[in-house]
Amino acid sequence: MNKWTRRTFIGAGTIAGGGFLLGVAGFALAPARHAVVEPAGPGPGQLTTWIRINADGRITILVPHCDMGQGTLSALGMMAADELDADWAQVEVIEAPGVDTYANGYLARTITGDHVPAVMARGFDYGMYKVADWIGLMVTGGSTAVRSTGEFGMRVAGAAARQMLVDAAAQQWGVPARECQASQSVVRHAASGRQATYGQLAEAASHLKVPTSPTLKGPDAFSLRRTSAPRLDIASKVNGRATYGIDVSLPDMLYAAIDIAPVQGGTLQSVDPAPAMALRGVKKVVSLPNAVAVVADSYWRARQALAALQPVYTDAGHGQVSSASIFAAFDAAIGPLPEMPADATRVVRAEYRVPFLAHASMEPLSCTAQVDDTGARIWAGVQDPLNARTVAAKALGIDRERVQLTNHLLGGSFGRRLPYTFDYIELGVQVAQQMSPTPVKTIWSRETDMQHDYYRPAALSRHAASLDASGRPLIVRVAFTGDGDGEALAMPYAIGKTESTQKESAHHVRLGAWRSVASSQHGFFKESFIDELAHEAKADPCDYRRGLLSTSPRALAVLERAATLAGWGTPLPEGEGRGIALCDSFGSIVAEVAHVRVDAAGVLRVLAVDAVVDCGDVISPDGATAQVEGGILFGLSAALMSAITIEEGRVAQRNFRDYPMPRIKDTPRIRVEFVRSDAPLGGLGEPAVPPIAPAVANAIFAATGVRVRALPFTQTPLRKA
Amino acid sequence: MPISLTVNGTPHTLDLEPEMPLLWALREQLGLTGTKYGCGIAACGACTVHLDGRAVRSCTLPLSATEGKSVVTIEALAPADSPHAVQVAWVARQVPQCGYCQSGMIMAVAALLADTPAPTDDEIDARLTNICRCGTYPRVRAAIHEAVAMRAATVPTDAAAGTGERS
Repeated sequence: MNKWTRRTFIGAGTIAGGGFLLGVAGFALAPARHAVVEPAGPGPGQLTTWIRINADGRITILVPHCDMGQGTLSALGMMAADELDADWAQVEVIEAPGVDTYANGYLARTITGDHVPAVMARGFDYGMYKVADWIGLMVTGGSTAVRSTGEFGMRVAGAAARQMLVDAAAQQWGVPARECQASQSVVRHAASGRQATYGQLAEAASHLKVPTSPTLKGPDAFSLRRTSAPRLDIASKVNGRATYGIDVSLPDMLYAAIDIAPVQGGTLQSVDPAPAMALRGVKKVVSLPNAVAVVADSYWRARQALAALQPVYTDAGHGQVSSASIFAAFDAAIGPLPEMPADATRVVRAEYRVPFLAHASMEPLSCTAQVDDTGARIWAGVQDPLNARTVAAKALGIDRERVQLTNHLLGGSFGRRLPYTFDYIELGVQVAQQMSPTPVKTIWSRETDMQHDYYRPAALSRHAASLDASGRPLIVRVAFTGDGDGEALAMPYAIGKTESTQKESAHHVRLGAWRSVASSQHGFFKESFIDELAHEAKADPCDYRRGLLSTSPRALAVLERAATLAGWGTPLPEGEGRGIALCDSFGSIVAEVAHVRVDAAGVLRVLAVDAVVDCGDVISPDGATAQVEGGILFGLSAALMSAITIEEGRVAQRNFRDYPMPRIKDTPRIRVEFVRSDAPLGGLGEPAVPPIAPAVANAIFAATGVRVRALPFTQTPLRKA
Repeated sequence: MPISLTVNGTPHTLDLEPEMPLLWALREQLGLTGTKYGCGIAACGACTVHLDGRAVRSCTLPLSATEGKSVVTIEALAPADSPHAVQVAWVARQVPQCGYCQSGMIMAVAALLADTPAPTDDEIDARLTNICRCGTYPRVRAAIHEAVAMRAATVPTDAAAGTGERS
């Protein structure tokens, strides 16, 4: 691993009242032995991080990412505040406004092309959302905030500000800066006993030369990172005061309910507005190319009126498509199971399949917009304010500079509100345009949200392997449909030869990035198949993996710690079993051991999950644990119960009754541990998702001898007849 | 025919359709947006409020069913300077992630503890059916037990067994 250096463009200035404002601009990274790439200098689209210190000592840290529950604002704030040696109690962390100044795609550019640290090369590849396309965006996704913005932005900003404050104190006191110590927002000079607060030093610091390459702390000096400082957003989320996009309220605002052509690609042919217009509170029926909306003085009235309409849509020629026909096409596209050499003696073949999945965030999509002669103002929750503005501008036919967007908390997202999936913004501004200049809040019903998602791809994957006499894999071949990129064979195991082939099999269902993206399905495929190889080799599944990890010490350590934590190998009652899975995604290695019970009737219960994670260092241990717990439960939804199916071209599921979710009764005991390593920081929002489905599938096999090769598990009888 | 009810201690008379769900009256007419829309079919519990002390799902509860009754929403579960034990435990355990379901979750748990002051894990499983997509369930369970323990430590036993905790 090369040593990475940071070069930054930093600007500072004085603010009213004697405060201090510091911004960190574009970063260039390069291996230390190579020339440092100099960016052209600060300009539009490059400033990323701001720290403001007021004369009264209050510190504001602006983070160019949204919060959708992952605790990013707190974690990134901690990274800056630690380098700054700030008093966390005086720190406020807020989301930066959605203007070009805060584009964070610039950060991603530092880790593409020739400058990709190997460990980060995967996991940035977002299927259709190549990182190259993110330049100029302000994205939260790909589990990147801590490891890119945090590592290369927040830390540098904090360190630079600290150095300037210390220099200011040293100058005032006429002492060398190296004799001054900063801690808890105070600079002290021990020999003379002098001290000054950051607030007192802020203005003087703002006049100093900005360090271009400030010294960052070593891990031993961290004082805030690695502590479980309370998250800053919790208080407002226990008293109802947190404001999400759907909660926005404006004077004289109207409400819209919307119905979209049920078959993706379909268009509105006709609708008679009369039945809606006759109802109380209804202002207008808005026909759009692929949708109809009713605007009223209350959302419920709008929705009642919408239900009274009988819109007629085309099906864009997809009316015969079903999940069955899509999988039949997958089958034909992939062809037979991959061939193995004629002299291969021990061959294992298997086929796995997964359905489409909806994000089903708890907050249904909404967009509040006001369109008038001056432009448009939007209030919503998005994972990228800049692309959302572009989408709105295009829909309205106006310049993007005339579109403002105020981002709000996101009630979950998991990839639903990424760039290029802003249909709810596009439709919302079109409805508001019809009511100009009155603001309109368009709310998607749960049914519309579920039936018009950008779905995790359905996929079919066929695997074959040949083993040597000792049972070790000589060749593994995979052919699959659905999104995949590099994930199909990205495994830490020493395997003689691996080959994967992605087959194209187009269909009309919209696809998107679902928490852990392609790893959500390929983790299940890969770690189920390795388990099948272990069985063929008559080896313990954990021992088998261990034997293939001699060149992957990080993965080996994670695997072994998870096995120990879970009591791997200790006896279990009849009908119970343990399964293990190990996945490396988004820069983090995660092993999970599931302990399940399958009763005589074939009813599955996941009793316990032990997870061990190597994400390099851990910024906020409690927040990191929460992300792993949440990732496990998100993955369990797909393993245990959730599936989107297509019938007559449209999504069959409508709400949580037919797209069920785990509840507290379905929740296993979860234990999470982190193995600290000197590897670069890894992501945490997503990497805990991929291992859980295969861990449970492998545990079911251990408990019953039934190998589950399709998700969700409800499709497979878990007791042999 | 207007509907008269009390919301968070304040009497209101609402000239709204009797079949309008309480949820939308709270959010749009009274500006109480802490109560959330999640599913509209009483499946997820994000809209949970207290109706005469019982947890109800306001997205399917018609206004007509609230006539003469008392509604308490998350905004008034407890005074700001004296949060409910459940809210204190929620902060201590850092329960929320996105937070969207948590108003309903907290209201459901507060009602649960009002009639079952020290629920077992099985009782929690049976009674708490709210959906959290972020997967905060392990912390929800831990926080419930913590709230019970806090109340046992601070409230006389006979009071804890009553319904007096909903301020």
